[in-house]
Amino acid sequence: MGYDDNVSFTDYTLGQDQLERIETVLGEDLIKSGVHNALLIDMAGNIIAKSDNGSCEHDLYSLAALASANFAAVDTMAKIVGEEEFSLLFHKGEKESIHFSKVNNEFLLITIFGKAVSLGLLRLKVAEAVEKINAVW
Amino acid sequence: MAFVNMKSKEVQAKIVYYGPGRGGKTTNLEYIYKKFRERIKSDMVSIKTHGDRTLFFDFLPFDIGKIMGYDVKVQLYTVPGQVKYDATRRLVLKGVDGMVFVADSQVEQRKKNILSLKNLQENLAIYKKSIFKIPLVLQYNKRDLENEGIPILPMETLEQDLNSQLKVPSFPASAATGENVVPTMKKIISLTMTSLQSVMK
Ligand SMILES: Nc1nc2c(ncn2[C@@H]2O[C@H](COP(=O)(O)OP(=O)(O)OP(=O)(O)O)[C@@H](O)[C@H]2O)c(=O)[nH]1
Ligand SMILES: [Mg+2]
Repeated sequence: MGYDDNVSFTDYTLGQDQLERIETVLGEDLIKSGVHNALLIDMAGNIIAKSDNGSCEHDLYSLAALASANFAAVDTMAKIVGEEEFSLLFHKGEKESIHFSKVNNEFLLITIFGKAVSLGLLRLKVAEAVEKINAVW
Repeated sequence: MAFVNMKSKEVQAKIVYYGPGRGGKTTNLEYIYKKFRERIKSDMVSIKTHGDRTLFFDFLPFDIGKIMGYDVKVQLYTVPGQVKYDATRRLVLKGVDGMVFVADSQVEQRKKNILSLKNLQENLAIYKKSIFKIPLVLQYNKRDLENEGIPILPMETLEQDLNSQLKVPSFPASAATGENVVPTMKKIISLTMTSLQSVMK
């Protein structure tokens, strides 16, 4: 598979403009709402798009690898107990928390946020962002 | 399922070290991490048991520099080799671009190597990938044990057991001393990059 001006994968393809639109969604919908980091990753742990508030120094590549594995593990657990999926994936920390949301079969949206953002608001914003990202292709 | 980002001119490729439990997969990554410490900016991530057995995976992101104008990031993973961890082992294979099979050269591990390679073939098939098509390098590890008088399999036997049909590049190695650890890695990176070339035009 090769597409000259495109971002190519074996399982899916994203054009450059699509990628830019996704980055805009991450920035406008999530970072502007107070989220520290927003990452769109694929199920293999690759980072597809990212946006942050400029003051975070997390190791995002390791985070993406762990997030995809964590998601896959939880998803497998759901199947074992006969659930389609566990819908809420959220880890709460003292200063920062992590929220995972499935965008579609290929992609996950990871957000890292602090105390200034409530879980309720975050879930609303993430749901909106997921919808917009899904509308990109 | 490498991710080639034409916008930022970046490639992320996933290379997985597979093989029987205690074969030396984690030791390979630890050696690479030590050797290239100044070039690897993040820490090696290991999800392991208290007894230092891999529970889920080890992860080491490695910037190998520019290839064909792309900034290439190789993500090295290991799987847990113990038979009982097949479910997690399978998850790590998701989106794999290249593989190293680390066999244990000890005579008493002969059967485990063969079973593990067969398990790899089955698990790749779940992702509709063929062991005959994926970039693959074999490593016959623990050659150093010979010096301690521990019986190890001759190279010919290992080749016959594991590589008679695959016919892929193979290396005698010692992850403990570091012998052939870097050549093994370089070989799989080069095979993987060659297979991705059509996308990176
Ligand atoms: N002598 C010798 N020992 C080795 C070599 N490579 C690994 N070992 C030892 O073998 C043991 C197991 O090595 P690991 O790297 O943890 O093996 P692994 O394949 O990651 O094992 P799992 O995580 O259970 O799948 C450790 O005690 C290592 O020190 C080698 O080349 N020579
Ligand atoms: Mg290990």
